Amino acid sequence: MTGLPPIPGALRTAVARDGETVVYVARERLLEAMRWLKDTPGQQFNYLVDVTAVEYRDRERPLEVVYFLRSLERRADIRIKVELNPAEELVVDSVYSLWRGADWLEREVFDMFGITFRGHPDLRRILMWETYAEGYPLRKSFPLRGRFSRAEQVRQALNANPEAHYSMEELSIAEAGGDLPDDMRDRLRRGERGVIPEPPNP
Amino acid sequence: MSKRTLELELATPGLDAEGRPARVPLTAAGEPDLGEEHMLVNMGPQHPATHGVLRLVVELDGETVVRCIPHLGYLHSGFEKLGEYRHYNQIIPLTDRTDYLSPMSNNVGFALAAEKLMGIESTPRCTVLRVIACEMSRIISHMVWLGTTSIDLGAFTPFLWAFQEREKIYDLQEMWTGARLTTSLTRVGGLLADIPDGFVEKLRDFTRTFPKTLGEIDRVLTRNAVWAGRTQGVGVLTAEQAINQSLSGPMLRASGVAYDLRKDKPYLGYETYDFDVIVGEHGDVFDRYLVRLEECHQSNHILKQALDRLPDGPINVDDPRVILPSKTRAMTDMEAMIFHFKQVMEGVKAPVGEAYVGIENPKGELGTYLVSDGTAKPVRWRIRPPSFINLSALPKMAEGHLLSDLIAINASVDIVMGEVDR
Repeated sequence: MTGLPPIPGALRTAVARDGETVVYVARERLLEAMRWLKDTPGQQFNYLVDVTAVEYRDRERPLEVVYFLRSLERRADIRIKVELNPAEELVVDSVYSLWRGADWLEREVFDMFGITFRGHPDLRRILMWETYAEGYPLRKSFPLRGRFSRAEQVRQALNANPEAHYSMEELSIAEAGGDLPDDMRDRLRRGERGVIPEPPNP
Repeated sequence: MSKRTLELELATPGLDAEGRPARVPLTAAGEPDLGEEHMLVNMGPQHPATHGVLRLVVELDGETVVRCIPHLGYLHSGFEKLGEYRHYNQIIPLTDRTDYLSPMSNNVGFALAAEKLMGIESTPRCTVLRVIACEMSRIISHMVWLGTTSIDLGAFTPFLWAFQEREKIYDLQEMWTGARLTTSLTRVGGLLADIPDGFVEKLRDFTRTFPKTLGEIDRVLTRNAVWAGRTQGVGVLTAEQAINQSLSGPMLRASGVAYDLRKDKPYLGYETYDFDVIVGEHGDVFDRYLVRLEECHQSNHILKQALDRLPDGPINVDDPRVILPSKTRAMTDMEAMIFHFKQVMEGVKAPVGEAYVGIENPKGELGTYLVSDGTAKPVRWRIRPPSFINLSALPKMAEGHLLSDLIAINASVDIVMGEVDR
């Protein structure tokens, strides 16, 4: 057993099958750990390769949010993981303040797993549409063909209002109030965004 | 009433308080006073210059882009979810369909990750053939990029030349795999098939004639005043910004960061090939063009070296756990039949663990992250999509440029929506 690396909040380390070091970090201290890895001389992990999440088939195991970091100067990689208990609220701090590249990556994890990134400036669905109501596709509790029946999916697609494909923010830029149909104006006034349901309890 | 106000009436519907058509007031000079009013323009998802079903909502002040909001997901097919229900070899056809402009390279990326997970080392011949596949993919992907970008900016001729060269590689792909686009070239531990007779000669011919076309494209575009005017100083990203945005591939290198996975995290024995990492200086659209053009020369150079050193030998590893026995052996040899049965019925099992392999795809770093729980199907198959991440820098690059420059900037990212949306 080697000692823990001097990363703030490090819980334990492991070696992946590709030889990379995996460091598990306490959820509360993630941002601190990332800032330390990015700014400390001798670490300089200045490049965020990827952010993703893993849910295991074993429902007892925690969800993992995985960060792939790289130091372009030192040509070194490290993998940071944060474990989230699926029975609790899935929240983790956003690393957007350190890397702009985290913007869409975190949005995708939110979209696919329903993990909320605290401090992300614009956490919306990215691949699915804003009003998508079937849940989070990459969760193991999500069936391969979706939660709704094919008939219901078709019905929703046919009834979709094309205007709903503009976000409220965009419609307010246009100040198109006068030209919009009444129901759209009502939605604007309410400040409505797409309603995303809570993930069902496993 | 002047003619101008009449036109404006038509252009600005809506009624004022008295129920008359609202008009844009004219300034003293007779120009319409648009004041601080911004316009929202919707571009795509059906638009030739968005390179696929990308939709951009652009907030304009006059003709200047104030903000650009991309909308994705029109081509989302849930590949990563599908992968969780498939055996490792069954995932390979899905990788064709992500970045469909360089399918062979994607196949290689997935096979490398699966082999890393299972602790398999491919044979020398297979390794060199995979290098050939990757570099052929780089050339066709860059050719499509060059052709479509030049057509976006009004140059039609390079498009025809580039697609002619691409056609030659497609013929080679068809010779090798039987398919032009959905190649599914690799298998875990080897390849679908060895190269057919006449392939080497045909590829050699290509490597001889290809630089001539590149030279022609270079002559037509590089010192072309229109091309330079549309691309130089447009969509600039500094090295620091490019790193912070997690860009990769030509986008990163055009900003002056010399990072190429083939050199810095070598796979497939790339460290033994002689080639240069092409780096730009200004990080604008023009430098991205130069980087991609020169990368084609380097790929051509690598292809020649690979053909020279192509060793004889098997293309598949000698491991009955992952490679199907030949049909003859499966029919005559009991043990071979058992392996055949187990592989077809149960799939190739991977040990518990995880592996990430990043390869230098034409568009940037294509990462494949596989997590296994010991069964024949991965728990998680994650693609690190280079064009998705490169595209995330678009709003930043487009700010403050003209709407027409947005076309050039978007083209310079080199996106393929199959990969962005997966």
